[in-house]
Amino acid sequence: MPATRRRRLPLGRILLLGGFLAFVLLPLYWMVNTSIKPSDDYLAIPPVWFPEHPTMVHYTAALFSYRGLEGLINSLVVSVCATILSALLGTLMAYSLARFNTGGRHLSFWVLSQRFLPPIGIILPIFLIYRTLGIHDTKFGLILVYTVFTLPVSVWMMFAYFRGMPTSMEEAAQVDGCTRWEAFWRVAVPLAAPGVAAAAVFAFIACWTEFFFALVLTSRNAFTLPTVFRSFIGFQGAQYGEAAALAVVSLVPSAILGMLVQRHLVRGLTLGAVRG
Amino acid sequence: MAQVTIRDLHKHYGAFHAVRGIDLAIGDGEFCVLVGPSGCGKSTLLRTIAGLEDASAGTIEIGGETVNDLRPRDRDVAMVFQDYALYPHMTVAANIGFGLRARRMPKPDIDARVTEAARMLGITPLLERTPRQLSGGQRQRVAIGRAIVRNPRVFLFDEPLSNLDAQLRDEMRTEIKRLHQEIATTMIYVTHDQIEAMTLADRIVLMKDGVIEQQGAPLDLFERPVSTFVAGFLGSPRMSFLPATLALGPEAAVAVGDTRLPLAPDRRLDGAADGQPVLLGLRPEHLSRAQGPAPRPGWARHTATVELVQPTGSRSYATLRLAGAQVIAELQAHDVSAAGERIEVDINTARASLFDRKTERALA
Repeated sequence: MPATRRRRLPLGRILLLGGFLAFVLLPLYWMVNTSIKPSDDYLAIPPVWFPEHPTMVHYTAALFSYRGLEGLINSLVVSVCATILSALLGTLMAYSLARFNTGGRHLSFWVLSQRFLPPIGIILPIFLIYRTLGIHDTKFGLILVYTVFTLPVSVWMMFAYFRGMPTSMEEAAQVDGCTRWEAFWRVAVPLAAPGVAAAAVFAFIACWTEFFFALVLTSRNAFTLPTVFRSFIGFQGAQYGEAAALAVVSLVPSAILGMLVQRHLVRGLTLGAVRG
Repeated sequence: MAQVTIRDLHKHYGAFHAVRGIDLAIGDGEFCVLVGPSGCGKSTLLRTIAGLEDASAGTIEIGGETVNDLRPRDRDVAMVFQDYALYPHMTVAANIGFGLRARRMPKPDIDARVTEAARMLGITPLLERTPRQLSGGQRQRVAIGRAIVRNPRVFLFDEPLSNLDAQLRDEMRTEIKRLHQEIATTMIYVTHDQIEAMTLADRIVLMKDGVIEQQGAPLDLFERPVSTFVAGFLGSPRMSFLPATLALGPEAAVAVGDTRLPLAPDRRLDGAADGQPVLLGLRPEHLSRAQGPAPRPGWARHTATVELVQPTGSRSYATLRLAGAQVIAELQAHDVSAAGERIEVDINTARASLFDRKTERALA
């Protein structure tokens, strides 16, 4: 007989879970709420939990008057390109480190050590180089710097993944008739897909939320979404509605990406383990 | 099908000299088993033949062609790995057909070959599954299918059965032997299991520390081991070694302690000296419980104390104290009643092995 009696949740548990849920979701709700409030309701006391007259005016203002849409497109282009480059180069590099022991023990650590560098320490030379090369305020320039700065983590995540993978499958592929290169693309990469996906998500999130390089290396043309938020804080006070609206918009790509790779992400983060 | 000829092959890993000058000629269609303790270089030798390792020195020929500089894919060999090495992201059918696709064979031909290989191995119902959904034995069959479907010149097996349980191992061993009879392709098979080596091989190559200790037909190695290492490695339970002294003269004999065991008159003892310290190697089946009033010709009789009895059902293995040394004897299941008993045993000195005690090499 299947149990038909419903398990009763103890009150304490409900309170704990409910409290946690509120803690996580309330800021999100407040953001969405603010984005559709008329400006008088922003700081009203008592707080307005749901506006009587919801409005989309902040969205249009943020996207068009404040050039949020341009920033969004720039952000998408830059983040997607940098992520693809980072995943592609990172996969090749991690494979090389893991399988051919390239650079001995030191190169792999040197790669990671690039993350120890605070960006502010090198922003000035990068800025000067970019200006000299004429790639200041271009998407290309930003893609370049984002690729460089996401590579170390990508390489390390995939390095661990490749190292945990048995070599015999690639060897079998080579005996079966593949070149080393084909064995890499047809066997090693598909098997490392969870690791590649996880690394790509991290790279994308890093690019998508990056503010500092974008602030210094772009101005009127290649500006990205995070830099648009800067203009909501002005002399006459903060544009809460516009900021909230743009924040909602900026969450969409991350959320879609997260849902797409959720399954891979967990596997990719529990590095290795492809024995089946 | 092809011969495999290896000449003075060396393999170094940095300072470690894994393979130290191997010369080996494997005939067309021969089943050659490389056997030895772990670290003896047998797997390295196999991987070098496959092209997965580069030879440090020496040559490898397959079918008369030197393959040292060929990539693994161009050597026309197939390999079965210890961990099966199936591609987990492909179905069984895709796994088996992978090598043919990599060689750009037309799809209908691939399908026909995959179907045929699956039929041979009895895995037709599994073709659409993924490796994750298979048992160990099924995975091994798929791995073998992936090898035979390519119809290569040489099959290489790297300890293919060591991940299986005992019963499945026996089954697959029979299967591999049958497969070899059916397709009669040259096979090189690496194992550390002497039973696999004995049962499968046309020829056993027994390796130790990167060199070939002895090679030949299984029974040759078993009956005429060149050293105590070979003698001890093959056969289970192991051969027992009794320290003894050689006594030459009109009636050659070995003295084990105070006891004189006459040797068969036709035994060759070239180069042996009177009084030479030797080891008398006795396999369990070289001892039996005394029958009749006197030992048969070529046998010697002696008393021994039973120390331990291990029945296996059809036979019992008795650990005996004989002339102060410990030997294991294979007796009829009901021969031995209890430990502590003193019994008379007959020793087959004609088939027993003799080794020099210092060099541990056999006396010719």
